[in-house]
Amino acid sequence: MITDEDGRQMSQKAPLLEMKNIQKEFFGNQVLTDINLILKEGEVLGLVGENGAGKSTLMKILFGMDVIRDTGGYGGDILLNGEKTDFKTPFEALAAGIGMVHQEFSLIPGFTATENILLNREPKKHSVISEVFGERLDVLNRKQMTEKADTSIEKMGVKIDGSMVIHDMPVGHKQFTEIARELSKDQLKLLILDEPTAVLTEKEAEALLDSIRGMASRGIAVIFITHRLQEILDVCDRVVVMRDGYVVQDVLSKETNVTEITRWMVGRNVDTAAKAEIRDNPDAPITMSIRNLWVDMPGETVRNVTLDVREGEILGIGGLAGQGKLGIPNGIMGLYDAGGEVILRGQRIPLNEPRACLNASMAFVSEDRRGVGLLLDETLEWNIAFPAMQIQNKFLKPYLGGLIKWRDEKAIHDITQRYIDELAIKCTSSKQKAKELSGGNQQKVCLAKAFALEPGFLFVSEPTRGIDVGAKALVLEALKKFNRESGVTIVMISSELEELRQTCDRIAIVSGGKVAGILPATESAEQFGLLMISQVK
Amino acid sequence: MSRKPQSTDRNIFSFLRNNTVPLMFIIICAVCIPISGFSPAYLLNEIVTRLGRNAFLILSLLIPIMAGMGLNFGMTLGAMAGEIALIFVSDWQIWGIPGVILAMIVSVPFSVLLGLICGKLLNMAKGREMITSYIISFFINGVYQLIVLYMMGSLIPIAHGSIKLPRGYGIRNTVSLLNMRQCIDNLLAVRIGGVKIPALTLLIIAFMCLVIVWFRRTKLGQDMRAVGQDMQVARDAGINVERTRIISIVISTVLAGFGMILYLQNIGNLSTYSAHSQVGMFCIAALLVGGASVDRASIGNVFLGATLFHLMFIVAPQAGAKITGDSMIGEYFRVFVSYGVITLALIMYEMKKRRQKASIGEQLALAQREEEKHE
Amino acid sequence: MIISAFLLALFIMAPIVGVDLPSQITNVINRFSWNAVLVLAMVPMVHSGCGLNFGLPLGIVSGLLGATLSLEFGFTGPLSFIMAAVIATPFAIVLGLGYGALLNRIKGGEMMIATYVGFSSVSFMCMMWLLLPYHKADMVWGLSGKGLRTTISLEGYYDKVLSNFLQINIGKISIPVGALLLFALLAFAMWAFLHTKTGTAMTAVGSNPTFAKAAGIKVNKIRMLSVVMSTWLAAIGILVYVQGFGFIQLYMAPFYMALPAVSAILIGGASVNKATIMNVIIGTILFQGIVTMTPTVMNSVIHTDMSEVIRVIASQGMILYALTRRSEVTR
Repeated sequence: MITDEDGRQMSQKAPLLEMKNIQKEFFGNQVLTDINLILKEGEVLGLVGENGAGKSTLMKILFGMDVIRDTGGYGGDILLNGEKTDFKTPFEALAAGIGMVHQEFSLIPGFTATENILLNREPKKHSVISEVFGERLDVLNRKQMTEKADTSIEKMGVKIDGSMVIHDMPVGHKQFTEIARELSKDQLKLLILDEPTAVLTEKEAEALLDSIRGMASRGIAVIFITHRLQEILDVCDRVVVMRDGYVVQDVLSKETNVTEITRWMVGRNVDTAAKAEIRDNPDAPITMSIRNLWVDMPGETVRNVTLDVREGEILGIGGLAGQGKLGIPNGIMGLYDAGGEVILRGQRIPLNEPRACLNASMAFVSEDRRGVGLLLDETLEWNIAFPAMQIQNKFLKPYLGGLIKWRDEKAIHDITQRYIDELAIKCTSSKQKAKELSGGNQQKVCLAKAFALEPGFLFVSEPTRGIDVGAKALVLEALKKFNRESGVTIVMISSELEELRQTCDRIAIVSGGKVAGILPATESAEQFGLLMISQVK
Repeated sequence: MSRKPQSTDRNIFSFLRNNTVPLMFIIICAVCIPISGFSPAYLLNEIVTRLGRNAFLILSLLIPIMAGMGLNFGMTLGAMAGEIALIFVSDWQIWGIPGVILAMIVSVPFSVLLGLICGKLLNMAKGREMITSYIISFFINGVYQLIVLYMMGSLIPIAHGSIKLPRGYGIRNTVSLLNMRQCIDNLLAVRIGGVKIPALTLLIIAFMCLVIVWFRRTKLGQDMRAVGQDMQVARDAGINVERTRIISIVISTVLAGFGMILYLQNIGNLSTYSAHSQVGMFCIAALLVGGASVDRASIGNVFLGATLFHLMFIVAPQAGAKITGDSMIGEYFRVFVSYGVITLALIMYEMKKRRQKASIGEQLALAQREEEKHE
Repeated sequence: MIISAFLLALFIMAPIVGVDLPSQITNVINRFSWNAVLVLAMVPMVHSGCGLNFGLPLGIVSGLLGATLSLEFGFTGPLSFIMAAVIATPFAIVLGLGYGALLNRIKGGEMMIATYVGFSSVSFMCMMWLLLPYHKADMVWGLSGKGLRTTISLEGYYDKVLSNFLQINIGKISIPVGALLLFALLAFAMWAFLHTKTGTAMTAVGSNPTFAKAAGIKVNKIRMLSVVMSTWLAAIGILVYVQGFGFIQLYMAPFYMALPAVSAILIGGASVNKATIMNVIIGTILFQGIVTMTPTVMNSVIHTDMSEVIRVIASQGMILYALTRRSEVTR
């Protein structure tokens, strides 16, 4: 770490990285507003923020990923060693010395660590044949490969076996293989680590932090993205906190602490929460109890959740991404393997059976609109009427004493039209194909589908994900209205704390696959924030 | 996160499961050989001959499997290229070994062209490569017939009347290759105890095996293996995935062309319109019998498979005749077994894929439950 | 669309080159009536997401079993046709259940495996036709008295029983109303089924299986149902075919029979996961039209018989086109 006594340095040469006035919008949503960032050689920067704060978007811009260009590019400048750059592809970024280790591993499972470390950059033995037929026919120089790989493993400072095949490796070692791969690129100047310790054991995490210190001392700058705030304080020189597309703080790590950082992460300048009529009725009967629920949903594992839901309330479930909140409804509604006990109105609900839940008058609006929530190639009518038709025999005309259940097209049309009006779904007609609608309107269709079932209990997962501001308010209003008018108990899962605080009565926070705590929605954002990071895995 | 098998039982069970097809075949052969009444010497001779005839063709299937393209039913295209080359060479009346070599050279441009077409089409049908290559083989068969049955002799000059159909254009149903029959086989042939060993042919095959081993160690081979396992990761690492896949098909097609020429020089005549159609199916069946699967095949599989498959091929009709008194049964039996083997191998491959996906989920859940216990 | 233009051109050219147009049209209509049910059999499995049914031979084999057994038991005339259908049905159901169970275990790889299941079953039946104890004189080989012949004539049984039923002659064009009626009946039944609760569920399963599962549908059961339906329709389809053709063809004849049906429905505008009754009708007309018209017209024009080759190229090309369309992501 290159600092001096006052923590500032008048360096003669330009900083390694300068991001000036970076802006980015996606389809009308301003995702990044005026981001300014400076990074010096050998400096370790911790980048924190809630989901949606803009961290990954910022890194995608830095790394030149296609999705940025495909959606209108970005505003502002990026300077590398004082020179303006504009990477058109990740390969250009790599060539300029920027490396990135993503959360999803990019490894060939059947190759050894050495082979992966040097993938497509293997040292070769030249020969006559390749002169004639092209250099791809050079034989790989296995000895040199092992040497190079071992060198970069040493540089990393963590011992892994270069000859072990990836799919036999424990998860932590796979992570280290990725890091070694980036280190083996000689031109590496800046390494971006996106949530690297999520999959590591405690000891491995320690080793990683040591390794980062080693890299920094060799002059490689590191951007470290994580939710584990203690690690940030342990290894980073500076901490940058992002929120809603802004940089809200840029401080030296030794001058701050975990609570402060949390507050910056989740607090809002003006407490805009419209004080909705929070109803806190501790005497309300418990309509659903969940005991020791575990759910195997990749990326959102639930380990042990115990929770009670009161009748008629709107319960919010919040938490950071990957901590398990999405696993809860998906597991209970039978979309993923689950175990434990769920009792609704005194009746035990069998798990792993979607039909049983639907029969018990439960409904679910999934966070995965396109994959689970919609029949993209079919009309709105089909989408909205389908579950009600199949589960409750609605919109069917029975013939031959019930033997033949014929689709009642008119009834289907009517109900679709009703919801199109009520929810202001923008479409050309009820016969339009679902895939042609915008994200927000598709979400409304999913809601209508659930409403058509007239359920007694509703799970709604990420109701306003990817929807513009205007539609957001409408969707939340529709949910509240549904709850107030029909007394439906609603459990709403969302990554946006603010919308939970606006809509729900109580909010439970899930961290590390378990419920970290339940607070009334009127509690401060800071309190919720602390719960969110409390058991981050 | 791998867990060592709890006991040797696990090992035996998974060995049996991974090698079901070859084991089944060994049993079938063990039953049929004594019944058929052939002498060991006869069988040995037949096997060696057939090995020499077919091994090269089967070897051509290895490279696409390495690159993740599955079983290359498009090898029929290479076979057709080889046949066209032989038709020309017979027309130019170049016989013997020079004829064979010339045919191989002439086949290359056709193979490359067909391979490129096939590769491009397969890139457009990712995830459905096998059925697409299967349909491609039929499609190109139609084009082949168009060329050979109509254009040769009319639009494409064929000098010799002897290979043309009576009407003046189009090639006859059978083209005699007597003048190059077994020329490669006979050169350096060795007789040991009643068994004729075509040494040169076997040497050529051995050389091909060495080439394949060498190829696996090159950068291109490594790239193909990467592409075969995970296209996205390979692409992110900068490997040109589409081009690598096409190259693997082109190589396979060219090799199939050479293999077909070797095959035909052994048989000694060319059934112009039917020779190639069964070739693809039998070679794939043989490879699978040797224990290969859709995503994994080795040189050992090629030879084991060729031996077992052709052994069954020879003994089944006789055994069938002896058991049921009807000679046709054996014929149908071997057709049934060939198809059945491919069906079984395909099913097992798909089921294994699903099992792998499921086990990842299982492992997560298990790890979770173990953690819970420790808390 | 190119295909329809081609066909139209053929029709226009025909009288010009002296081909007997009315008899050709009769031919086309006849062949349509024989083949349409087989093409209809594709629809259920496409709807439920099982892809194109390359395993059609499995259903065809059940139908052939029904046909031969009906003759063996001595039924004649129209009754033997009905009995053939009755006998074929349990075979079709049982085989369909097995086939469906298999396809459920290998979701994603259905088409390739279906092809080989079809081949294996045909070659297995080849052995069975020789071994099963049939005795009827005009079905078995004369010399040995055992084993069925390759081709069995239906004269005196139900040769053209449907075609001749209610035959209408318009000028020189004869229309086999009976056969067309049967097809219309089955097509209507299929259309109606797709409008019921279960039929709607089937379409949803093919459109997005996760959606259907989340809506409480038992995806595997629906897929199984579609396979059984497809297999049964194939069995009936082959019976309609043989009555029109006049001969039962055994052994290796059904081997490649899936391909024309697949090709026909694709030509009619279907894709790997979407097929309607209209696709069936249009596709069969176009396909059979090409098959009938090309040889005769081309013969008159170029004095060459390139029909077989053209047909192969066109039909395989259609299937290839469907397979390489970048429509949906593999599951």
